[in-house]
Amino acid sequence: MKPPRFRYFAPTSVDEAVELLSTHADAAKVLAGGQSLVPMLNLRLARPEVLVDINRIESLSYLRVEDGHLAVGALARHRMVEKAPEVAARVPVLQEAVRHVGHVQIRNRGTVTGSIVHADPSAEMPAVLALLDGSVRVVGPSGTRDIPWQELFLTYFTTTLGPDELAVETRFPLPPAGAGWSFMEVARRHGDFALVAVAALVTADETGRVKEARLSLAGVGGTPVRPERAEALLAGQALEDDVLAAVADAVREAIEPESDIHASAEYRRHVAGVLAGRALRAAMERARRGGEG
Amino acid sequence: MALPIEPRPAQPGRVLGRVVRRKEDPRLITGTGSYVDDLRLPGMLHMAVVRSPHAHARITGIDTGRARSMPGVRAVITGEEVKDLCGPMPVGWSLQGLKAPVKYPLALDRVRHVGEAVAVVVAESPAAAADGAEAVQVGYEPLPAVTDPEAAMQDGSPLVWDDVPNNIAARFPLSGGDIEDAFRKADRVVKLRLVNQRLVPVPMEPRGVVAQAHPISGELTLWSSTQIPHILHALLPGLLNVPETRVRIVAPDVGGGFGCKLNLYAEEILAGALSLKLGRPVKWIERRSEHFMATIHGRDQINHVEAAVSGDGRILGIRARIIADIGAYHQLLTPAIPTFTPFMMSGVYAIPALDVEVIEVFTNKTPTDAYRGAGRPEATYLLERLVDTVARELGLDPVEVRRRNFIKADQFPYNTVSGLTYDSGDYEGALNKLLEKIDYEGFRRQQQEARQQGRLLGIGFSTYVEICGLAPSRIWGALGAGIGGWESATVRISPAGRVTVVTGTSPHGQGHQTSWSQIVAETLGVNYEDVEVLHGDTAVAPHGLDTYGSRSAAVGGTAVYMASVKLREKARRIAAHVLEATVDDVEFQVVDGQGRFHVKGAPQRHVTLAQVAAAAFTAHNLPDDVEPGMEATVFYDPTNFTYPFGAHACIVEVDPEDGRVKILRYVAVDDCGNVINPQLVEGQVHGGLAQGIAQALYEGVVYDEQGQLLTASLTDYAVPTAADLPSFETDRTVTPSPTNPLGVKGVGEAGTIGSTPCVVNAVIDALAHLGVRHIDMPLRPSRVWAAIQQAKASGGGQPA
Repeated sequence: MKPPRFRYFAPTSVDEAVELLSTHADAAKVLAGGQSLVPMLNLRLARPEVLVDINRIESLSYLRVEDGHLAVGALARHRMVEKAPEVAARVPVLQEAVRHVGHVQIRNRGTVTGSIVHADPSAEMPAVLALLDGSVRVVGPSGTRDIPWQELFLTYFTTTLGPDELAVETRFPLPPAGAGWSFMEVARRHGDFALVAVAALVTADETGRVKEARLSLAGVGGTPVRPERAEALLAGQALEDDVLAAVADAVREAIEPESDIHASAEYRRHVAGVLAGRALRAAMERARRGGEG
Repeated sequence: MALPIEPRPAQPGRVLGRVVRRKEDPRLITGTGSYVDDLRLPGMLHMAVVRSPHAHARITGIDTGRARSMPGVRAVITGEEVKDLCGPMPVGWSLQGLKAPVKYPLALDRVRHVGEAVAVVVAESPAAAADGAEAVQVGYEPLPAVTDPEAAMQDGSPLVWDDVPNNIAARFPLSGGDIEDAFRKADRVVKLRLVNQRLVPVPMEPRGVVAQAHPISGELTLWSSTQIPHILHALLPGLLNVPETRVRIVAPDVGGGFGCKLNLYAEEILAGALSLKLGRPVKWIERRSEHFMATIHGRDQINHVEAAVSGDGRILGIRARIIADIGAYHQLLTPAIPTFTPFMMSGVYAIPALDVEVIEVFTNKTPTDAYRGAGRPEATYLLERLVDTVARELGLDPVEVRRRNFIKADQFPYNTVSGLTYDSGDYEGALNKLLEKIDYEGFRRQQQEARQQGRLLGIGFSTYVEICGLAPSRIWGALGAGIGGWESATVRISPAGRVTVVTGTSPHGQGHQTSWSQIVAETLGVNYEDVEVLHGDTAVAPHGLDTYGSRSAAVGGTAVYMASVKLREKARRIAAHVLEATVDDVEFQVVDGQGRFHVKGAPQRHVTLAQVAAAAFTAHNLPDDVEPGMEATVFYDPTNFTYPFGAHACIVEVDPEDGRVKILRYVAVDDCGNVINPQLVEGQVHGGLAQGIAQALYEGVVYDEQGQLLTASLTDYAVPTAADLPSFETDRTVTPSPTNPLGVKGVGEAGTIGSTPCVVNAVIDALAHLGVRHIDMPLRPSRVWAAIQQAKASGGGQPA
């Protein structure tokens, strides 16, 4: 085996898993889809003493629309979300975004909730969670709580989830009826993490002006970013060139991207503005058609 | 020199020249192939390698105590013991004045690149070996590293080897014609500085080795994921102090090589040495992250080039300084590869003068060596970028400039200014066929219209020639090779009439079981299905020089063909005896797919090949001067190289706002001489194009200034997938090689060689009117965007 030694537990209930987590706390890691954790184990970059494999908690493998939310259980694979008719019908922006996650083989194993609590800021799922003002439901020794996305992400690969808490569900509020949407990404290769990704959600009034617009960005800093000033600039506006130019500037101001071997910070900042404009146009186009795909 | 055997015609035969089902596929696509890692031998131990985390450091001490005491660990070897186990790593090429510092499979007292092997641990399981390797404590005192070859050549640079001044391993000059005269006559001088970036080969199967020494006899069998079992057989016994008659090397199914398995690696030597020492089999399988740092890299040249050009676009001469970053030490052919570039630098053009100096420079990086194309892609990139730049600076069309400089079809054999003799070619013919497919004028109109709308379209061309059929042994030796260039083949017919071919080539994806079967089936008149091809095992195929440099068809295939003919001639003599006719009166013919011999003018008086084979084995009625048995062996040494060529075009759209490059069309017309199997050729071209496009747009090794490798996984090293590539449009012209009787040239590397400059030329064509003259590869979006921004800022460019 390539990974360092670890103790392995495979609980069959949430209570059992939470008990294991509270016993082992920081020494433990939760294994769900394993698409990030297992490579890190094999490269010996992660060295948990204990693995809590939740794949046998069958009750966590679900998707349902309830109380104005799409609730995605912690064992719902990316592929399940991608293929679900209710996602296509009710949260199409999530379906579009999930297609950008890795390749089919990765999506067959990886989970949406796992991707979110892994908190890679270049990943697509956290950006969609932010776009929809979603939250993650966690269970700990003292009970269940929902962590809104704003309180969840701290910085690169870091969340406010306690070491004794298990994320059991991701909750995506359904977009308003008739909202247009778009998800756009620049990546080195098909299936790579985003250099920059932008998700947009737009509702339009009868005259074709923006009622409400939301933008969410990945790959532009330590967490997903909602550029509030850019969103505010859009309210009541038609998507004319000068408006979009001002929005692009506001987007670029709202982010602190870093340079790496794939792209400079300058490039990411620029492209964030470009993609924001394109995503808004595409979302508005859909909004005008009544929010249909 | 006259060929001993008449050339085969160019048109397809019954089997030869046609698409047949690949014999390799059923086992490979059903997961029943046998790779090195599939080997599980009783009592097998597992080896793990402790590698340097530093680019350059002195080893202050190694504590193996904890590792040795761990459960399952059987041995730990460091640089202190390595000299007792084996000799230093051989360098298989010599150059005048070459500095070749002594390098053992483990670092002795200093490490010189990230990933250099420092110690090995052998244990009862892979996990125990990995845990043991982690427990080896190595003390390092970091030294300043040098990663930029131009800086490495400066006085005062850190030295990779203390006794190699300015880190210069070799200088290799090559010139021909009167270069001073060319520049005197020039109307214009066009200059470029090009970086041909460092690449990682990344075959699907990483390297791996299993060594099994017999504890009593000391015989050693070594299975390796290698392209060169025979060359390993020539090298390893001496290094391990075992008679070569007691060493057997096996290359089982090998999942790709691209040149990186044309080498002798530390792990192969160490696994062999440790198996001999411990008397148990030892296995080592390369991890993907090890591949990025411990398997050779490719390319890595900086080219300073200038062309003397006449006003009408004729290239009168090229002067170039090639700085090759060869990494920390020599692997098997490290010194050779950069020297192939100047030989091919006049390409498809009649360039009268050339003056090149190659400078090979040590740096604190993984050694470079052969990678698909090995020196020729670098030459083609340099030349094809140069020709496009000449056209642009003179305001001429790049197609027209190529035409004006081409070697003409009636000039073959053509002696190049670099001293080679091109066998055959029709470069303009390939270009014309290409142009028929792309509607060039229509594209130029479309490009203008697109620019009015702010869209950036570009077209790039690449017309290339490369060198294959390695190699005439005398020339190979004169160039510096430590080995010959011939190939061997044995063809035998069993008493029941089935055919076995033993080849000295060592396929690792090329499909020799298929193509050699086609040659033999055609020549002997037997069923394609009734031919077995054996390869890659020195106990079965004792003589050969393996597979690399697109040599196998032209040299190995020819040997197979000649052995078939030789065997057929023996059969004819037996047939004549049986038919009571003179040999000259007996003819060979294939009737209903079956080879048979008949008396001239009396086809009813015949015997089949199978009947002759049976007669040869019963030996009841053979001529006095004919030995029993049906077997023929040929060693074929070619008289010249072969020179495949082609013309490629690429159409791209560049997004002006995010710098993304999208390939809209890629059209390749290649000429590899006669074709043994069109499908295999197509496969080679597709894979080659993918790899060449990968260099242009995606791949590139990145080290930081301290020599840390930043692209050490497939996450960061961007090998493209099918989803990132266009659908290729391919076609051929056929210009047979007069060098061998099959008329074949080779096609293993052509796609890679032609495509890289083609894509870059297309991107520059899309951006040139903005003032962009050149962008170094890979043309990732951020670089393309930055080049556009820079051109805009400096106010360059012309109106659309």
